[in-house]
Amino acid sequence: MARDVHARVEGVTRTYASAGNQPPVHALGPIDLDLLKGEFFAVVGPSGCGKSTFLEVLAGLQRPSAGAVTFEGKPILGEVADGIGVVFQEDASFPWLTVWDNAAFGLRRSGVAETEVQRRVDDALAFMGLKDFTRAYPSQLSGGMRQRVCIARTLVLQPRLILLDEPFGALDAQTRLLMGDEVLRLWRSTGATVLLITHALDEAAMLADRVGAMSARPGRFIDVIETGWPRERDSSIVAESAFGEITGRLWERLRGESLKALGASRLAAAAAD
Amino acid sequence: MSRVGLIRLAVIAALIGALEFACQTGLINRRTIVPPSEMAVTLYKLLASGAINADIARTLGVIVVVIAFSIVLGFALGVLIHALPRIREALDPLFATYYAVPIFIFYPVLIAIFGLTIFPIVVIGVATAIVAMIIATLNGLDRVPRVLTKVARVHRLSRVSTALTLQLPAAAPYLFTGVKLSVSYGFIAVIAAEFILSPAGLGRDIADAYADFNNRRMYALILFLLIVATIVNAALHAFDMRWAERGSGGRP
Amino acid sequence: MTATRRATDALIIVAVLLAAWQILHRIAGDTALPAPIATLTYLTQMLPTERFAQNAAATAEAFSLALILAYALGLAIGAWMGAHRLSGAVGEPILVAIYSLPKIVLYPVVLLIFGLGISGKVVFGALHGILPVALLTMGAIRAIPPVYLRSAHTLRLTPWQVIATVLIPAALPEVFTGLRIGFTVTLLGVLLGEMFASRLGLGSMIMSDMQLAQSKDMVTVTIILFAFAAIANAILLWIEHRLHRRV
Repeated sequence: MARDVHARVEGVTRTYASAGNQPPVHALGPIDLDLLKGEFFAVVGPSGCGKSTFLEVLAGLQRPSAGAVTFEGKPILGEVADGIGVVFQEDASFPWLTVWDNAAFGLRRSGVAETEVQRRVDDALAFMGLKDFTRAYPSQLSGGMRQRVCIARTLVLQPRLILLDEPFGALDAQTRLLMGDEVLRLWRSTGATVLLITHALDEAAMLADRVGAMSARPGRFIDVIETGWPRERDSSIVAESAFGEITGRLWERLRGESLKALGASRLAAAAAD
Repeated sequence: MSRVGLIRLAVIAALIGALEFACQTGLINRRTIVPPSEMAVTLYKLLASGAINADIARTLGVIVVVIAFSIVLGFALGVLIHALPRIREALDPLFATYYAVPIFIFYPVLIAIFGLTIFPIVVIGVATAIVAMIIATLNGLDRVPRVLTKVARVHRLSRVSTALTLQLPAAAPYLFTGVKLSVSYGFIAVIAAEFILSPAGLGRDIADAYADFNNRRMYALILFLLIVATIVNAALHAFDMRWAERGSGGRP
Repeated sequence: MTATRRATDALIIVAVLLAAWQILHRIAGDTALPAPIATLTYLTQMLPTERFAQNAAATAEAFSLALILAYALGLAIGAWMGAHRLSGAVGEPILVAIYSLPKIVLYPVVLLIFGLGISGKVVFGALHGILPVALLTMGAIRAIPPVYLRSAHTLRLTPWQVIATVLIPAALPEVFTGLRIGFTVTLLGVLLGEMFASRLGLGSMIMSDMQLAQSKDMVTVTIILFAFAAIANAILLWIEHRLHRRV
C-alpha cells in the first residue's frame, strides 16, 4: 500500500552558537526523512544525539540552521502548524487546573463551541482511562496518569501528526509497556501519523512500523529498519522471535554510537582490533 | 486538630496561664507586667468605647496602602526586570544586599526631608516591603517550567495569552510568598515608624502610654496589635500551604 | 559573567544612587539632606570626634552582647528542636509566627523588665536574632539525610564523634545562613532600641541629630551604618558560599 508523504524533512541541520570563543555546536543533521501518512515512526539513539532537537524542529518549535521541513505540503517556519500535537518528556500538566480543565485547555482557546469542547474532552478522557479523575488535580495523580492527561490534552485537538518526545522516560519499565499499548490504541483509533522519540530499543521495536536509528551527535540516521508488524499489535509481540531480531539489529547499529556518546571512543577502537 | 496542634495549644495556654498566675499573685510586679486578663478587659473597653477607632483606622489604613502599593508596584517591577536580563544581572547584587542592611535607619532622614507627616511612614513602609515582592516575582517567573512555554507554543497562544493563562498561574505560589512577606514587612515597618516617631497611630499610642506609665492601656494596645498581626499572618500562611500542596508534590 | 562586567555594573549602580541622592538634595535643601560629596568629606571629619566614638562604642558593645546571646540561645533552641521531633513540630509555627510580628511593640515590655540601660537594648536585639538562628539551625538538622546517621552507626562512631564529624559538617552551611541573617536582624534590633529610648548609641545619635536639624551628622552616621552592614554581610556571604561548595 503506497502511502502519501505526510511530513518531509530535507537536509535539516541544527547548530548552536556557544558561549565565549568556543566553536558552534553541531547538534543535528543533515537529516533527510519522509514521514508517511498514518505510519508509526520511532527514533532511537543514544543520549545527547539530537533526537529531541529533531522533534522540535519537525514541530516548528525550533528553526533548522539549514534545510527545510514541510508538513502536508506546506513549509514549517518557526511556528507550530495546525494539526500537529506534541507530548513532552517533562510533566507538562498544569497543577492549578483539574484534569478536565487541563485536557480542555488548548481546545477552549481555539474557538470551538463549548458543547463540542465538552464532548471531545469527555471522549478523550474516557479514552485515556481518566473518566473517574476528571475533578482531580495533577498533584493527586501518579506520573503515568499525568502523562495521560497531557496526551488527552493533545488528543482533543484531533492532531493529524502526533509527536512524542520520550513521553515515558520517567516511568518504570512495566508501566512503560502498558503505556505503549495505550499509544498503539491511540494511533489506531485516530489514524494519525505518530513519531515517537525514545532511547529504549525495545520500545521502538515494539511500537513502530519503521525505526530510525540515530547516530551520536551530530545526530544522523544511520539506518531505518522496517519492522513489518501488523497494525493490530500490542505489547505481547515482545514474545515473538522477530522482536528479538529487530532489537538485535538496532543494537548492532547503535552500540558503537552509544559508546561514542559515552565518550569511550578509544575503547571502541580497541575493541575493533 | 492534630495531636501536635493540640500540644501547641496546650503549651501556649500554659504559658499564658503561668503569666496570669505570676501577675495576679505578685510574683511579677504589676508595674512591670499587667495580668493578661486585665489586658484583655482593658482592650475590650477601649474597643467598645470607640476611643481608639481613629488610631486603628489610621494605622491599619497606612498599612493597607503600603502593602497594596508594594505588591502591585513590586510585581510590575519584577515582571519588567525579568524581561530585561541585562538589567537584572546588574541589579542582582543590589537585591541580594538589600535586606542585609538596616533600611529602617533611613526613617529619620525621611522625616528630615518630608517633615513629621504620614509620608515618611508610607515611604519607609514601601521601601521595606517592595523588594521582597520584586524578588519573589523574579523567582516565580524563573520557576515556570520550560516545558510550559513549549506547550504554549504548541497550542499557538499569543504572548499575552501565554503570560496570563500559563506563566501567571504557574508562578502564583511564589508570588503569594512575596505577598506574605510584603504584608509582614509592611506591618513591621509601619508600626516601628509610628512607635519611634509619628504624629498619630497605634504605635504612637503605645509609646505615649509607656511614657505616661499607663501600663493597662499600653498592654491592651500591644495585645491588639499582636492579635491583628498574628491573625493576618496566620491566614496568609494557611492559604500559602493550600496553594503549595496543589502546585507541587504528588507521587512521582 | 566576567568580573569586569560585574564591577562596572556595581559602579553604575553606585553612580545612579549618588545621582538620585544629589537630585533629592537639590529638592529638599541642605538642612534636610546634605549633598553626597559634602557628606563624604564630612565623614572624615566626624569619625575621629569623641561624640562619634562614644556612641559607636556604645552601639558596638550592645550589639556584640546581643549577638552572642542570640547565637548561643538560637543555636541551642534550634539544635534541640531539630533533634527532638515533637518539640520541633510544636515549636516551629510558634517561632515562625513571632518572626513575622512587629516585635517593636514588645520593646516597652523589655524595658519595663530590664530597665533603660544597656540590658534592654541587648535583650531586644537578641530577641530579633534568636529567631532566624533557631529556625535555620532546626531546619539544617532536620535536613541531614538519615543515611548519614545510618552510615555513622555502621562505622561504630561514638555519639560525640557522630556530632563532631558528621552532624556539624552536614548542618554547617544552613546554620551559617541563620547566623548571617541573625547578624542583620540583631543589628536592626539594637538600633531600633537605641532610636526609641536611649541616650547613647548610634541609633539615638541619629534621632537627636534629626531633632536638632544636624542633618550632616545624621546622614553620615546612616551611611556608616549601611556600609558596615553591607560589608559585614558580604564577608559572611562569602564564607557561606565557601561552606556550601564543600557540601
